[in-house]
Amino acid sequence: MLDPDLIRRTLDTALQRGADFAELFVEDVRSSSAALDDGRIEELVSGRDRGAGIRVVVGDTTGFAHTADLSEPGLLETARVAAAAARDGGGGVRQVAVGPVVAHRAAAIAVDPASVGKAEKVALLQRADHAARAAHRAVSQVAARYGDVRRRVLIANSDGVLVGDDLTKTSFSVSAVAKGDAGLQTGRMSVGRVAGFELFDRYDVDELARGAAERAVRKLDARPAPSGTLAVVIAGGSGGVLFHEACGHGLEADLVNKGASVFAGRKGELVASPLVTLIDDGTLPGEWGYFGYDDEGQPAQRNVLIEQGVLTDFMYDHLRARDDRRRPTGNGRRQSYRHLPMVRMTNTYINGGDDDPAAIIAGTDHGVYVAQLGGGQVNTASGDFVFGMTEAYLIEHGEITEPLRDGNLIGNGPAALAAIDAVGNDFSMGYPGTCGKDGQGVPVGMGTPTLRVPALTVGGTAA
Amino acid sequence: MSADLTDIATGLARQARAGEHIEVAVGRGVSTTVKAYGGQVESFTSAESFGVGVRVLVERDGGMAQGFAHAGSFDAGVLAETLQDARDNAGFAEADPWQGLAEPDGVAAVVQELWDDRLAAFPTERKTELALELERATRSWSPKVKGVRVASYGDSSSEFALASTAGIGSAGRATSAWLSVSCMAGDETETHMGYGVDVARQPGGLDLEAVAEEAADQAVRLIGARQVPSQRLTLVLEPKLAATMLAIIGSMLCGDAVVKGRTPFADRLGQSIASPLLTLVDDPTDPRSMGADTFDGEGLACRRNVLIDQGELRAFLHNSYTARRAGARSTASAVRGSRSLPGVGPQALAVAPGSRPYEELLAGVDHGILVQSMSGLHSGVNTTSGDFSVGAEGLMIRNGVLAEPVREVTIASTLPRLLLDLVAVGAEIEWLPGGSGSAALVFGEIALSGS
Repeated sequence: MLDPDLIRRTLDTALQRGADFAELFVEDVRSSSAALDDGRIEELVSGRDRGAGIRVVVGDTTGFAHTADLSEPGLLETARVAAAAARDGGGGVRQVAVGPVVAHRAAAIAVDPASVGKAEKVALLQRADHAARAAHRAVSQVAARYGDVRRRVLIANSDGVLVGDDLTKTSFSVSAVAKGDAGLQTGRMSVGRVAGFELFDRYDVDELARGAAERAVRKLDARPAPSGTLAVVIAGGSGGVLFHEACGHGLEADLVNKGASVFAGRKGELVASPLVTLIDDGTLPGEWGYFGYDDEGQPAQRNVLIEQGVLTDFMYDHLRARDDRRRPTGNGRRQSYRHLPMVRMTNTYINGGDDDPAAIIAGTDHGVYVAQLGGGQVNTASGDFVFGMTEAYLIEHGEITEPLRDGNLIGNGPAALAAIDAVGNDFSMGYPGTCGKDGQGVPVGMGTPTLRVPALTVGGTAA
Repeated sequence: MSADLTDIATGLARQARAGEHIEVAVGRGVSTTVKAYGGQVESFTSAESFGVGVRVLVERDGGMAQGFAHAGSFDAGVLAETLQDARDNAGFAEADPWQGLAEPDGVAAVVQELWDDRLAAFPTERKTELALELERATRSWSPKVKGVRVASYGDSSSEFALASTAGIGSAGRATSAWLSVSCMAGDETETHMGYGVDVARQPGGLDLEAVAEEAADQAVRLIGARQVPSQRLTLVLEPKLAATMLAIIGSMLCGDAVVKGRTPFADRLGQSIASPLLTLVDDPTDPRSMGADTFDGEGLACRRNVLIDQGELRAFLHNSYTARRAGARSTASAVRGSRSLPGVGPQALAVAPGSRPYEELLAGVDHGILVQSMSGLHSGVNTTSGDFSVGAEGLMIRNGVLAEPVREVTIASTLPRLLLDLVAVGAEIEWLPGGSGSAALVFGEIALSGS
């Protein structure tokens, strides 16, 4: 993406006033999307964005500047601004040795979405619209969205790292509204992978559309969710949101090191049920949080964070690893070249267990079965977290009975993890997610088998 | 300074071919962010950003088909490619009889001064000092404050220009500066977080002590918080959270949700949908709001729109597309950045004040909860079905007095129900960083889920 000499001169300029570390992050993003709503293809959008972010670290201070101008004058000026921002460190001038790009991992895709005609993408949306409307006459509205994005990055730093990554992602989602006597209800299905147009060999858009429609229609008869503490059985796949919120964020070293996590200082301790082995893995091929190198040039890694209930490690980026005098874990990520990297999850999941999912439900006398989760949020300091249920049912005498209206559940991370008393043998990854932290969104994957938390607070209105 | 943005916008719009209508939005911004931690500058970011969005509408089949493309550079080659992408996209969209550009509607602009020269004159060292001072002030507010996660100072100067073949041309510029801090308070056994923020047109308008106090007080008053049993009780929201609630209601009164049948209020125009205590107005011509603006995202003059008048639904917010479709006039409520298509949204939503001061409202609550933060707004609020269920932290209210702190509970109702359950509006309007103006709100009944 850039000439090695120019990379070297840029880093030299960044280090000119003395610095401990300098980094150049170059990014080129091309995106295209098409959206159908109200029976009509109404939006086709193309985006292109290219630029560089330059980071200079002096002591504990990071200077950062970014530019959309990748010419030599543009990069050198940005390097000077970043260096000035980091203040004078008083150190000597460092020269950086930069070789050719040591590795360039292009994730294998079968069918480049750029080679597929827009008419074909639009046709997928129309199929989804027809299928959702045909699924039930109560379906009153359908929206569908197709998107693909290619993100190429180059990362070079004063430690000699020079790597590139090249990811293509394709996604598809359908949302349906159903209208009944008691009002409107919604249902949604979404899929996305590090993949090209072959995504649609794996997923049938008609099936996704019917799934969204049926979900909305089923909820037309939903009763208000209960209010209070109940046993909660969480279905595999999207249920991984539970771990993302209940402990994932709390295991990010930037929060841990600032005392803003309930898990700070607990390494080696039992922090979860022995049934829980939690892994964050950026190497899972095709998954939404996959990459070859993180946004600081570290190779993606598989990190075991909790092993049979024992906290084994936190997630690290460059700066936090430097502070703790250890190696980073491949979790340094950023939304774009306009953002500083920080510690972020990749694909977070727990290993499958031994229980038969049907038996977990049958063994629950009274509770809630959450078939689909819709995102969540955590206060890492107190450990309290919420997650939304977008498809849920009452469990009565071991059987799934009536559908419930949407709502949040709330729990405390360490308490909920410790209480998990059943983990199914039906592991699957969930839908593609976007994780928000300090104003930056990055793509993440989540997964889990069916599991049970004997007591979580269900935020409904029914007594 | 904005002349060249207008040149870029008109230059691209002028390239429209026969049967083509083009609208170009161009933006440029310079920003600074300083983050302080542990008495040191953790990071200093200096940035300049560019954005251009081109909308091409092509007449076809009795309507217009829309294509859009955006880019992050003003490079001539990139601009040409962006126009071509938008044109190409229009070829694959379906014709829509209501689609079209905004037409000048003769409403005179109420010019808002959103630019303050004092920002440019504010020295860089002072920005750093403000971030460091904010961290110190938050830490020293109480010995119970254990730490500050991050204290930030930020500012931005931005320019925006819009041009279209329909004869729209608008340009504007704005400055803003902000302070925010998040801190932890507690003891060895528990930690709570608090958050404070302030926004102004220039740094001199920021109240650093108030930001520190807001964050520290929020965290400290939660010390000892416990889950309480499930119950029904009165809900009190201070202005900041009341504004969050009003923003959710505002989104349900937007034209896009209305014309596509995604809001329970779609057929309720002219009917009573809320307590007669509620009057809700979106008025971007009110200079007290940080959301004030001269033009909307399609270049029409911003205006005052009464949405709910003493409980009666009076109007929806529209951009030119949703207005055409609903058989209404645009309320100049198009909201957008240069890299996105115009949507619909409120900019300066405010409630009409009630008659009772906040202290008196609290004193009138026998059994309630003062909620100070809500979580899971994106996962537990469904503006189509109206379901509302969020995580909450706050203080119990017993016999008119603030009592013990509460955490790990949810509050739930439905949004239409909440509007009817409004029993009091505070007398003091507070203008908030997000642009809305709100007073404390009291809702008669909400379901709290706990142990």
